[in-house]
Amino acid sequence: MAVMRDMIPPFELYQPTEVEDAVRLIRQHGDKGWVLAGGLDTFDWFKDRIKRPEAVIDLVGVEELRGISAGADGGLEIGAMTSLTDVAENADVMGRYPLLAEAAGLVATPQIRNQGTLGGNIVQDTRCWYYRSGWPCYRAGGNVCYAATSQSMNREHCIMGASRCVAVSPSDTAPALVALDAEMVVAGTSGERTFAAADFFIGPDIDIERMTVLKPGDLLARIVLPAPWEGARWYFEKIRDRKSWDFSLVSVASSLRVEGGMIQDARIVVNSVAPYPVRLRAVESAIRGRAPSEDTGQMAGEIAVEGARTLRHNDYKVALMRNLVKRSIRDAA
Amino acid sequence: MLQTEAIQARRGGFTRRKFIKGVIAAGATASVSGYLFRGSGVFAPMLTAQGAVERLITVTVNGQQRRVDVPKYETLAMTLRYQLGLTGTKLGCDRAECGACTVLLDGVTHYGCSILTHSVQGREVTTIEGLEQDGELHPVQQAVMDEGGFQCAFCAPGFAMSMVGMLEKNPNPTREEAAELLSGNLCRCGDYDKILNTAMRAAELSRSRA
Repeated sequence: MAVMRDMIPPFELYQPTEVEDAVRLIRQHGDKGWVLAGGLDTFDWFKDRIKRPEAVIDLVGVEELRGISAGADGGLEIGAMTSLTDVAENADVMGRYPLLAEAAGLVATPQIRNQGTLGGNIVQDTRCWYYRSGWPCYRAGGNVCYAATSQSMNREHCIMGASRCVAVSPSDTAPALVALDAEMVVAGTSGERTFAAADFFIGPDIDIERMTVLKPGDLLARIVLPAPWEGARWYFEKIRDRKSWDFSLVSVASSLRVEGGMIQDARIVVNSVAPYPVRLRAVESAIRGRAPSEDTGQMAGEIAVEGARTLRHNDYKVALMRNLVKRSIRDAA
Repeated sequence: MLQTEAIQARRGGFTRRKFIKGVIAAGATASVSGYLFRGSGVFAPMLTAQGAVERLITVTVNGQQRRVDVPKYETLAMTLRYQLGLTGTKLGCDRAECGACTVLLDGVTHYGCSILTHSVQGREVTTIEGLEQDGELHPVQQAVMDEGGFQCAFCAPGFAMSMVGMLEKNPNPTREEAAELLSGNLCRCGDYDKILNTAMRAAELSRSRA
């Protein structure tokens, strides 16, 4: 390789220790700044010299953003800088929200989970390689999608929710958090704002250059798991090419409340099929009042994939999604 | 304790002057001159924006406090190899996709290629060079010798560090659990079976020594 791509171009580095200072720095630098958490998404961009921020605000020293504690309404609060390993192996998370513990424990590799943070896993950018290789696509501010042409390699791209961009959300914890009705607390200079997880992720039809509601200057501070879905039946499955490292081809997360053998309420969320985790509201209402059986699952799978539009190389995702939705209802425990 | 010091340093507990004095007194500053891949940052102005970090920092590597002049954009693997001379830590992909650069931070495995050196202040860095204690090989190193666990062995230091991290977490793993715990490292020779033999032997040796 003739071009040296591995030295990171210079930037100014800030390591605040308080949330207020971090927010002030992030605001101050705006779109010339970059928030650094675990670094697993960040350093690829920097080494490839595709993103070249002037200032990096490293959150490693902000203790307040780390840790798992009891929430105000009896739920659980997780700081955005808490490592994925700490989320996956925390006794409270494992005991009360096993869906999230499972999802966090299936991210990438042990090292990446030790280093990567829950917040980073949620707000990470898409893995579309045209975009990540620096092609001037819609998401990068250009006026073409390189992944949706007749010649494109688009096996990993989306089957729904596309709007010019066909990239998918890569996060494993995102569908779990949507299925638990988690809340995202965003810190800004004018105080905190809270978003329901389902509203936190946005599609390209809303803003093609962002994956979440976060704008330059915003900081995801913590994730609140509310009490209601504690102890519910759940299911999580991530399909990927290798059992380590890889992002999901399709993943599913479900929470089910079952009484007297009938589903009272449900959250069914599928990821890596769209640019955001997809909450299947039509499925949720269709399965209410039914038994979590093979038949119900079969029906749910059919409803789930209605309206799917495949690209040249990703029609397998329809069958995968149909089956995963079925399992997420039939096999929830 | 170390963490507190690092936070103090970040909060401006040390003035730039005091810090430089300390470095001179210690007389052990690793300099950028040994740096093989000089980035343009070497020629960048040394001026620091207000509130930004200093380049001269202390990192704790294998129990030693090392003072070192680190560009702000430098990763730990680069600092270890090219400034501190600890070339046991390998750089394979430099993209958190191979595990050759695995080191321990406070006993937990991390990819050295994907963390800034500035971010590890106040934490204990352990590299493959730090495993041997008083001339005695670490059980993992002894197991590598016993089992001849690697072919070309470029991945060996990373795998060895992952095995140390594995034993910390699960001193008595099954072969399957070991495979899971070592799944963040790749071997280009495909020698996984012997690597797992090594891991199981390391666990056995470690138990017998305890």
